[in-house]
Amino acid sequence: MYENKTTGYLYIAPFLLGLATFTLFPFLSSFLLSFSDYQLQDPVAQANFTGLTNYREMAADATFHNSLWVTFLYVFVTVPLKLAFALFIAFVLNFKLRGIGFFRTAYYVPSILGGSVAIAVLWRYVFAGDGLINQVSIWLGGEPLNWLGEPGYALFTIVLLRLWQFGSAMVVFLAGLQNIPTDLYEAATIDGASKWRIFFTITLPLLTPVIFFNFIMQIVQAFQEFNGPYIITGGGPLKSTYLLPLMIYEEAFKYFNVGYASALSWALFVIIAIFTVIAFTSAKYWVFYGSERGDKK
Amino acid sequence: MARGEVQLRGITKSFGAVDVIKGVDLNIAPGELVVFVGPSGCGKSTLLRLISGLEMPTGGSLHIGGRDVTLTHPAKRGIAMVFQSYALYPHMSVAENMGFGLKIAGVPKAEIQAKVAAAAEILQLTHLLDRKPRALSGGQRQRVAIGRCIVRQPEVFLFDEPLSNLDAALRGQMRVEIARLHAKLDATMVYVTHDQVEAMTLASKIVVLNAGKIEQIGAPIELYRNPANLFVAGFIGSPSMNFMKGKVVATDEAHVAVRLAAGTLRLPRRNAATAPGSSVTVGIRPEHFSIGEPDSDDIAFFEGEVELVERLGGETLAHLRVPALAEEGLTIVKLTGDAPLRIGSRLRIGVRLSHAHLFDADGRAVGTPSAKIAVAA
Repeated sequence: MYENKTTGYLYIAPFLLGLATFTLFPFLSSFLLSFSDYQLQDPVAQANFTGLTNYREMAADATFHNSLWVTFLYVFVTVPLKLAFALFIAFVLNFKLRGIGFFRTAYYVPSILGGSVAIAVLWRYVFAGDGLINQVSIWLGGEPLNWLGEPGYALFTIVLLRLWQFGSAMVVFLAGLQNIPTDLYEAATIDGASKWRIFFTITLPLLTPVIFFNFIMQIVQAFQEFNGPYIITGGGPLKSTYLLPLMIYEEAFKYFNVGYASALSWALFVIIAIFTVIAFTSAKYWVFYGSERGDKK
Repeated sequence: MARGEVQLRGITKSFGAVDVIKGVDLNIAPGELVVFVGPSGCGKSTLLRLISGLEMPTGGSLHIGGRDVTLTHPAKRGIAMVFQSYALYPHMSVAENMGFGLKIAGVPKAEIQAKVAAAAEILQLTHLLDRKPRALSGGQRQRVAIGRCIVRQPEVFLFDEPLSNLDAALRGQMRVEIARLHAKLDATMVYVTHDQVEAMTLASKIVVLNAGKIEQIGAPIELYRNPANLFVAGFIGSPSMNFMKGKVVATDEAHVAVRLAAGTLRLPRRNAATAPGSSVTVGIRPEHFSIGEPDSDDIAFFEGEVELVERLGGETLAHLRVPALAEEGLTIVKLTGDAPLRIGSRLRIGVRLSHAHLFDADGRAVGTPSAKIAVAA
């Protein structure tokens, strides 16, 4: 039964090849390069081993410190906001209303486009000085704002772009909400709980595994945000939207400091890993697994 | 109206174009244990949910303890409900589950604890109060669900098929516990089930529902003895009553003669009239057949061929082909556990005529069987 293993391996070969070429190789090579002074504009040049130099430089680099701060700000603002927004929409779309299938699709489709370059370009035009937002604002009698030129507003626009991508988190929340047995709501209604109370004492606790899953996914994705700052603001103004992934990109492909960019990548990797570990460790205090249904007896 | 009394007046319920409950009038006296039975989709659970307030009626009115609660919120009706799935809050302990309603009502902590402890004592749950529902067996979960009701001290307990998730042995045990609880609390209980054994053993009054309407209301033994129509006759009793189509051929002062497929039954005359020539259905319960009995006026004998034998230990169900009684179909006969039966063999069976039921062409019972069943008071 195990004789024809070759055919099996051939079937999974494309995946293995892709994994090795595009994930495993960059993963390992970037780790090695982070201890080197490798420069991209001189590909034939040897990469010299420089020990922890890149990491020491990082510790003293004000641009890195700024990027780190902006990235943290971005992550800690967008993740809770996006989770709350996705949950709210999922909650509304969980009502049994006529045509609810249409609304679920209508809310989901645009948001999956949110991560694309096209939407980022659209965003740039919408928030431009003479863009849609300012025109509407003027029409309503308001003052036009320099959305992309003011440091505070610029970060806000890319935060908004991430919120726009609530679709995938919303679908997971919706599935989680639909998994909560109706009986529990009915029992709580008979117990006299208000809708508000039912949400906080029944829905939320039973949704914690899904919240946890979405939280991890969003943290990991938010730390890697690139399209928004790259396309909409270019990291500016005054590096107020210069998120770490953009800095890594520019170090590698604008300034050709591949060694330093590799070290930055690994710093980002460690930061994401730390947050993931913290989330998993804290899970046992706030995530409720297990259902009352199940075995007969 | 007294505490615990429930009155339904012309209750109707439609879901869109579908009429699920088609005008139900029902009085439930304080302390009664009323069981709703009926086949799937007959509306029994919907009727219970209408009493609970989880569904609002399309028409009619509902009174509990003298108050019109037709439009009252479920929490303010004085009811508590046990769900089929138990519906325990999985993230709360047994004690929290039981005390949740009181906590919401703003009852002081000490009082909640006392009430939970008292209910736990009744249900032998005291040692489980700190556990989560998933650490409990099905029977224990069901007791917690009942405990949650008890602490609320409701006027009316509602049970929605509470035992159907349990295995057969536990179901029997919990049935006894519910009966004991009813006797102890002396509270009004409304109980929905499709299991007629539960209905027969628990109920002080059974309501048989079919297609959104009440077919008959009565004490269990009353429904067994005097079913009002073919539906109730077929639904109450297990295995079901045997039905045989026939025609009244003659009546005299003492008898009604009914011609069946190839034989004639001379049934004792009813306390209601049947005209010769009218189509009727004769109903005979499997337990009202016998073998090996001496001839008597009350017994008519027929020949049958054994097609299937189900031995249940204490009793045996024989499926017979009896051409004299029915052209098609088998007649089910309940005999003793050691009845000597062989598939393919011929059997002489006796029908107890005084226990036979008679239904007119519309399926309504014609009078009542003449036999009286002794019931201990």
